[in-house]
Amino acid sequence: MGEKEEQEMIEIYVMGKKYEVPKGLTIMTALEYAGYKFTRGCGCRGGFCGACPTVYRKKDDYKLRMDLACQTAVEDGMYLVQLPFVPAVREEYDLEEMDPSANDNILLEYYPAIARCVSCNTCTKSCPQELEVMDFVQAALRGDVQRCAELSFDCIQCGLCSMRCPADIKHYHLAQLARRIYGRYQQHKSDALTKRVEEVEKGAYDEELQKLVEMDEESLKERYEKRDITEG
Amino acid sequence: MDGYLYYPGCTLKTKASDYEESAMAVMEALDAPLVEMDDWYCCGAVQSLAADDIMHQIAPIRTLICAQEQGEREVVTLCDMCYNVLKRANLWMREHPDDLDTMNEFLDEDPDYEGNVEVYHLFEILRERKDDVKKRVKHKLDGLTVAPYYGCMLLRPSEVAIDDTENPSIMEGLLESIGADVLDNPKRTECCGSYHVVNRPDIVERRVEELVSRMGEMGADVIALSCPLCQYNLDSYQRSTGYDIPVLYLTELIALAFGLEAGLHKHRVDPGIMLKERGVLER
Amino acid sequence: MKVQRGAKERAFIDKVEELSEQSVNACIRCGTCSAGCPFVQDMDELPERIFKRIILGDTEGILRQNTMWICAACYTCSVRCPRDIDIAKIMEAVRQIVLRDNVDMVDVEHVERIKDLPQLAVVGCFRKETG
Repeated sequence: MGEKEEQEMIEIYVMGKKYEVPKGLTIMTALEYAGYKFTRGCGCRGGFCGACPTVYRKKDDYKLRMDLACQTAVEDGMYLVQLPFVPAVREEYDLEEMDPSANDNILLEYYPAIARCVSCNTCTKSCPQELEVMDFVQAALRGDVQRCAELSFDCIQCGLCSMRCPADIKHYHLAQLARRIYGRYQQHKSDALTKRVEEVEKGAYDEELQKLVEMDEESLKERYEKRDITEG
Repeated sequence: MDGYLYYPGCTLKTKASDYEESAMAVMEALDAPLVEMDDWYCCGAVQSLAADDIMHQIAPIRTLICAQEQGEREVVTLCDMCYNVLKRANLWMREHPDDLDTMNEFLDEDPDYEGNVEVYHLFEILRERKDDVKKRVKHKLDGLTVAPYYGCMLLRPSEVAIDDTENPSIMEGLLESIGADVLDNPKRTECCGSYHVVNRPDIVERRVEELVSRMGEMGADVIALSCPLCQYNLDSYQRSTGYDIPVLYLTELIALAFGLEAGLHKHRVDPGIMLKERGVLER
Repeated sequence: MKVQRGAKERAFIDKVEELSEQSVNACIRCGTCSAGCPFVQDMDELPERIFKRIILGDTEGILRQNTMWICAACYTCSVRCPRDIDIAKIMEAVRQIVLRDNVDMVDVEHVERIKDLPQLAVVGCFRKETG
């Protein structure tokens, strides 16, 4: 029988109160270990939904840091607080009326606060996805919808950028609008997709689909096991 | 580098794209092309005048760091307001090394600004190359009376002025080089109302009325300038004056004199009519 | 106007001088600034009169006027002042004293014709008139 390894414990502070938690946990699981139950500020646990923004300080480090609770490992002396919500109201708009070629100030019109950007880069420093947030805000101010859309592609809308911005900009809503406009009006349309949709609507796959619907469970399982996903 | 490192500023890319187009055409024709910076940031449009405000100096200094990192020592800007902000921020940092230290420390993820980049407005470059400009003229603009309009940002405060603050002549010199008839414009250094167009357009309307009426009375066919905000104000608020004077960028006129047609397509008061009338457009 | 420079007035004058790095007492009330200012018609009070209020520390009086908001920082006054006072900086100092209380003098979310305005104008306006 092997020896049981001694679990290393570290200290973290949650809203000022000290807890001992095992080293190697994420902030989220460490809080749960300490007895907290997440009813808000918790989502996919996989770094994709942006629900768990966390603000913290590290031991002997003056900087205020931001990250996702589910993706960040706890460290000894971490001083934490969760942000279950970021108050940033999204503007209402009808995408059908947002053609950028008719209005080169379209992003400025819906998010005028971007004109207050002072290029401090605090947003970029706050981003858990390491996006170039300041650059996409600048692109939006310049009227470059495409660049704003491309730079913000991996945004998970956690809101940490907007919490710290001295100009009160709503970066993630701005970026979402840019991506929508880009997709609707500027991005090259896929001919292959249009063609395939036509084929489907004309019934090219109806027969095969019907066969699957009528199949019994055993045959389905067998078919699944034997599937060939290479080209054929 | 071959040519000049060029800082556009946010307005030049959309609203004032005709200015950029004409300036690029002119500089290309002079074999000194404008090459856009790899990376740049909105300068902030107006210089922050509070002595403790380092934050609003970040934006222009970031752009100067970009120029520095591209290995360049000179940046040329077309926009008057960008020129004013970049130049003043640069001067401030040189005169206040403590503030520069604080800023460099704050910008810890970027290289330090060493203070060695110089800022120029396009007019300074054109003045230097006045002989080249003259040589390149294909069709003189004689018969066209041009009122030069400087506005504020090229001439004030005096430490950033590209010419005499009260009695400038840089635009007059360039206009003479392209053969235009130059108006002695007494209103050429008075403010158009600037950013008040956003919240108090009535102020701009009053200012534009005073400026354009006087220039019109004196017989101006067109007004020449270089600030995209002055251009917007003077172009959009002439209604009450009873005049319809086209407001052009100086580079658009120079391009015409070079036999190139560049810019000219975004103006509210259509310049085509006047230019055709004076026989300039079909030369 | 009775000269009253208590602690509150002194604090205001000090703040203005700190932010502008100018000495308000250098003003000789010659009126050159007001004569050259292109915006006096829209101002409640002349720049030179605002100066008098600053010298007296009349904070409330100043904040009732619209002068510093009509000022467009065109710098005509500063280049002409015979005492070399940078008047534009003094105006900015008074604006900053108001704006730094997280005050906006323009409605950022409802700018008319923002579709047509050059970005320069919007950026400049927000810089000078929002906190």
